[in-house]
Amino acid sequence: MRADGEAIGEAILEVRDLVKHFPLTRGVLFKKQVGAVRAVDGISFDLRRGETLGIVGESGCGKSTIARLLVNLERPTAGRIRYRGQDIGKLSGGALKAVRRNIQMVFQDPYTSLNPRMTVGDIIGEPFDIHPEVAPKGDRRRRVRELLDVVGLSPEHINRYPHQFSGGQRQRIGIARGLALRPEVIVADEPVSALDVSVQAQVVNLLERLQEEFDLAYVFIAHDLSVVRHISDRVAVMYLGRVVEMGTDAEIYEHPTHPYTQALLSAVPVPDPAARQRRERILLTGDVPSPANPPSGCRFRTRCWKARPKCAEVQPLLEVPSWLEEAGGPAAHPSACHFAEERGVVAGA
Amino acid sequence: MENTALLEVRDLRVEFRTREGVAKAVNGVSCTVHAGQTLAVLGESGSGKSVTAQAVMGILDSPPGFVTGGQVLFQGRDLLTMGEEQRRRLRGAKLAMIFQDALSALNPVMTVGAQLAEMYQVHRGMSGKEARARAVQLMDRVRIPAAKERVNDYPHQFSGGMRQRIMIAMALALEPDLIIADEPTTALDVTVQAQVMDLLAELRREFNMGLILITHDLGVVADVADRIAVMYAGRIVETAPVHQLYEAPAHPYTRGLLDSIPRLDRKGQRLHAIKGLPPSLTAIPPGCPFNPRCPRAQDICRTDRPPLFPVAAGRTSACHFWKDTLDAR
Amino acid sequence: MPEPEQREVIGSGSGGAMSMASGEAESLKGGPLPGSADSGKARSLWSDAWHDLRRNPVFVVSALVIVFLVLIAVWPSLIASGNPLQCDLARAQDGPRPGHPFGFDAQGCDVYTRTVYGARASITVGVCATTGAALLGSVLGGLAGYYGGWWDGLLSRLADVFFGIPIILGGLVFLSVVTGASIWPVVGFIVLLGWPQIARIARSAVVTAKQHDYVQAARALGAGDARMLLRHIAPNAVAPVIVVATIALGTYIALEATLSFIGVGLRPPTVSWGIDISNASTLIRNSPHMLLWPAGALSLTVLAFIMLGDAVRDALDPKLR
Repeated sequence: MRADGEAIGEAILEVRDLVKHFPLTRGVLFKKQVGAVRAVDGISFDLRRGETLGIVGESGCGKSTIARLLVNLERPTAGRIRYRGQDIGKLSGGALKAVRRNIQMVFQDPYTSLNPRMTVGDIIGEPFDIHPEVAPKGDRRRRVRELLDVVGLSPEHINRYPHQFSGGQRQRIGIARGLALRPEVIVADEPVSALDVSVQAQVVNLLERLQEEFDLAYVFIAHDLSVVRHISDRVAVMYLGRVVEMGTDAEIYEHPTHPYTQALLSAVPVPDPAARQRRERILLTGDVPSPANPPSGCRFRTRCWKARPKCAEVQPLLEVPSWLEEAGGPAAHPSACHFAEERGVVAGA
Repeated sequence: MENTALLEVRDLRVEFRTREGVAKAVNGVSCTVHAGQTLAVLGESGSGKSVTAQAVMGILDSPPGFVTGGQVLFQGRDLLTMGEEQRRRLRGAKLAMIFQDALSALNPVMTVGAQLAEMYQVHRGMSGKEARARAVQLMDRVRIPAAKERVNDYPHQFSGGMRQRIMIAMALALEPDLIIADEPTTALDVTVQAQVMDLLAELRREFNMGLILITHDLGVVADVADRIAVMYAGRIVETAPVHQLYEAPAHPYTRGLLDSIPRLDRKGQRLHAIKGLPPSLTAIPPGCPFNPRCPRAQDICRTDRPPLFPVAAGRTSACHFWKDTLDAR
Repeated sequence: MPEPEQREVIGSGSGGAMSMASGEAESLKGGPLPGSADSGKARSLWSDAWHDLRRNPVFVVSALVIVFLVLIAVWPSLIASGNPLQCDLARAQDGPRPGHPFGFDAQGCDVYTRTVYGARASITVGVCATTGAALLGSVLGGLAGYYGGWWDGLLSRLADVFFGIPIILGGLVFLSVVTGASIWPVVGFIVLLGWPQIARIARSAVVTAKQHDYVQAARALGAGDARMLLRHIAPNAVAPVIVVATIALGTYIALEATLSFIGVGLRPPTVSWGIDISNASTLIRNSPHMLLWPAGALSLTVLAFIMLGDAVRDALDPKLR
């Protein structure tokens, strides 16, 4: 259907029509449901071996829920997540544990994602305690030291506690823990957004090096569009629980066709004062509606300058718009808009 | 730009006395802001940028923080030697501050209208009714939709962007001459961030205020600042007009920061990260504080602390090798 | 892949940046652990805590006091040769004299002997009641916090019910129904009233700890409930429980005294500080020594336990190292 850039490998993760609703309840002892937060509302994508899929969106768009669904911290309300053919949303017990070995997570906040009362050695070694078949007991300590070395920390620090490290170093510890079981997929939820600018680059470079070294596939979730562009092969843009546009990094950043993507890109401050005048800014009005009560039809219509009556009635599907497909070129990529149209908004692009 | 500076900070020094030792958070910062000008103070966490702002505002937690030297001249008067009572009257009326976290900066048990009205009642002695009318006007001014109805809402009933607008409204209430905004948009989403920054810039122009924007975001700075002061380990390491700084930085730290951020408008190769970490403020390296991380470091950098060398008109750099850094472009 | 060319050797403090071909190096900095090199030996929270405790004078002193108190509670004859029940009314309220350093009480019994023998009942009641309440409270509260749902709702309401019982009235009713010469009815009553307080603390501590990302991280690794509770949640939730329990210990010993005072707690011939304090309180003007010694012993005991709890809590917090 479309040229998706270079196919890196076979799809190892297939997500189809994924839905996650969180019930809203009232009452203390006798709870009754009064509604639902529709955090993720029908999302499909593939992740191929060794590639990086970036997911961007603003807070509340459901991107963190996707991360938690992918590593099975939440169970989907509907839809499937298939890892090598197995539906991980339905697994339990030993089968789930086996799949978990292959899909690991790196968390956003390096200050809360490490147990303050465990040594670094215990934190990175815990995966081996939970999955003893991966490394024989006598070998674990050596493996932990190796992992510390791989992520650029000194193996001598094995007996230290997390609070003795800086934010960037803690994030390395979290990455080492994620790597311990040699997973195929790492889901990284805002892995650098809590770090200082100069340290962010170090961690981004580390993630890239590890990807090459261990042939990892990343689902890289972030609100920082620049970082996502830097690291991703493909990008999905989310708004209120749905993907509104998806394509290679060049398709999304240089040839965006969805109004939301265009507004989002145009709002990113570019570190180039010369571009200040050149840039065309699309300022959206209003706030993101509540995911408990999303607008009908196209969810972006309440903030969209292109909205017409059709947008309130018919929900646009995420597919290549027929008029763009005919024209061909990089603008022909999936975009969930009735009036999708290319508009370059990134200065210098 | 006027001749007399609105705010002139001279050799400001702040330290924190803690159990672990003395942390030298600000070590001789000097800068000036003129009316109608936006000065961006750029730095990473621990660079002393927020502490500088707090010392200028006089809201430093003391203890553990102590201003140990320097002058803060606001319209020619030294804030640091002024009586606390006098200073408090200036705060809010003449200089105001906007914080990063609007939710914790607003009182959760008072309606936003009451909080805004309080400014007028306390500082201007207005009647309750009059003050309330002004509060609604103000909320209109920062473009909060349906201000008349929402004036009786509590802070938690507003979205993050709206709360930040209310913070701006509070800062603007008494039409101050200088606003200090400490990471005003860091907690906001990018589309909302753009709205709030635009609003702030527009109001600054309209009231001809001075604005000190404290941030770590090189993108935001490029968008709104006139001048930039880059801070590192409690010192200003470079000052320059915004265009010149981005075009040709005169300090290796600034260069490193610019090289280490991924760009939206181009897909690069590996990022050029600055190696190492910012120093602990209890143990700042001798000589140039940046020397352990600096690709240009020579012996002199480890022994002699570089002063701010004049580089060009309106430009300074605290690097022994500023010339090489400039030419490296 | 480019590998790091050199690593900083620990122990040198800060500095010594390592260089990495990919330009991602960080100089590895951070305060060296006091009194310990990062050797190859694996360490855990508990071994580190023990390492710290042995060097903490507060812990050593309070532990010695407690060991001493427990010793005399078990073998009072070690330091007291008299019989606490052998009294001579003729000597009632007399002051100190050779062989009787603390004087005599209203019944003419030797205050020194009674203070020594009183340790057994008071400390047994205090320690048993605290242990019972802490175990029951932290298990029930912890499970309520961890699993939540209807179990949490049920338990919280149940705790509210017990909270609402007035101590004196409850004691009068409970202890006049469940009677016996031993201390166990009193211990049982105190546990019954004490656990909800601990359960509330434990519940909120677990709810807080549960929300941390490291608990989610363990779940994502496939950790079971037991590992999550014992390794990730309990160590991070135990501090407030220890603090409340040590403070409760003191109040439980005092509660025993109160119950004894109104005549439903321990009864003579049992010897306890509580009984002696209540007996002495009416005569404090004439014979302060009668109150001074048992009350002093009670205060010392409570202080020792509180200090011990403080030291243990600090040792379990690596951030304070």
